[in-house]
Amino acid sequence: MSRYVVRVVIANKPGMRDPEGETILSDLVLRSAKSGISHIGTAKMLIFHIESESEQAAADQVRRICDDLRIYNPAVSQISVDPAGTVD
Amino acid sequence: MKAVVVVFPGSNCDRDTYHVLQDVYGFETRYVWHKDRLSGDPDAVILPGGFSYGDRLRAGVIAAHSPVIDDIRGAAGSGVPVLGVCNGFQILVEAGLLPGALLHNESLNFMCRWTGIIVENASTPFTSKLRQGQEIPIPVANGQGRYHIDDEHLAEMERNSQIVFRYKERVNGSAGQIAGVCNREGNVVGMMPHPERAAESAINPDNGPASLIFESLLAHGGVAA
Repeated sequence: MSRYVVRVVIANKPGMRDPEGETILSDLVLRSAKSGISHIGTAKMLIFHIESESEQAAADQVRRICDDLRIYNPAVSQISVDPAGTVD
Repeated sequence: MKAVVVVFPGSNCDRDTYHVLQDVYGFETRYVWHKDRLSGDPDAVILPGGFSYGDRLRAGVIAAHSPVIDDIRGAAGSGVPVLGVCNGFQILVEAGLLPGALLHNESLNFMCRWTGIIVENASTPFTSKLRQGQEIPIPVANGQGRYHIDDEHLAEMERNSQIVFRYKERVNGSAGQIAGVCNREGNVVGMMPHPERAAESAINPDNGPASLIFESLLAHGGVAA
């Protein structure tokens, strides 16, 4: 058993309004950078440390926890669950 | 009539709500701590406003896992009127007792002011003494009050008369200007505005009809206001 780091990013589903991302884009980034950036989305990240048999098992366990405890509201949000190595 | 005010860590409208129920309208009212059982067969359950768990993760989601929620779910299933105001509405949504989601206001600001709402469904236990289309001046005070639901489910809610109140004006970007909704059966109602802050003439400068929300509940229990 090792202790793994698993990152969960909670982001809006496509098409959801994101006033914070819109403001960062229009009032900060596009004011100062003449670039091809057309969208900025904000998100929340949770970083789990979890003891598990493998990196994949750790990610699977975390996803189940997120689903069971409604860590994200499926009406408006989606998650990505990404293993990020072991705890140092 | 027996009413329960459910108290979560971070509730801050529980005493106002208790006062209105007990002192103004004569409900036999008691508090129930979120870790305790509902017990005593209440005739109505009110989830008050506040900031349960400091809105951590997102407003209402942690409180929605409180032990008392299972009892509230059972009471709601038996037809007991349940009202969630502001954070109470957010908790009912996160507990799956009401559809949709409540997001940060479009402005990203905390909003605290009077506004107007329009009655859309005058058939719930909390609106039966109001009439459809009636305007209610009422205070709002929230940071995460923008109601969202996808178009398909919004249409379904419209068909089922689950929209209870709409804002008279665009206040926060809510889908369909929605200020309050109910479950399909109509006995579970959630609303972002605060009726307990407009239920007495002393704090309701225009003497608007917000008090009828509580009088409706009394009428539902067969008590004349």
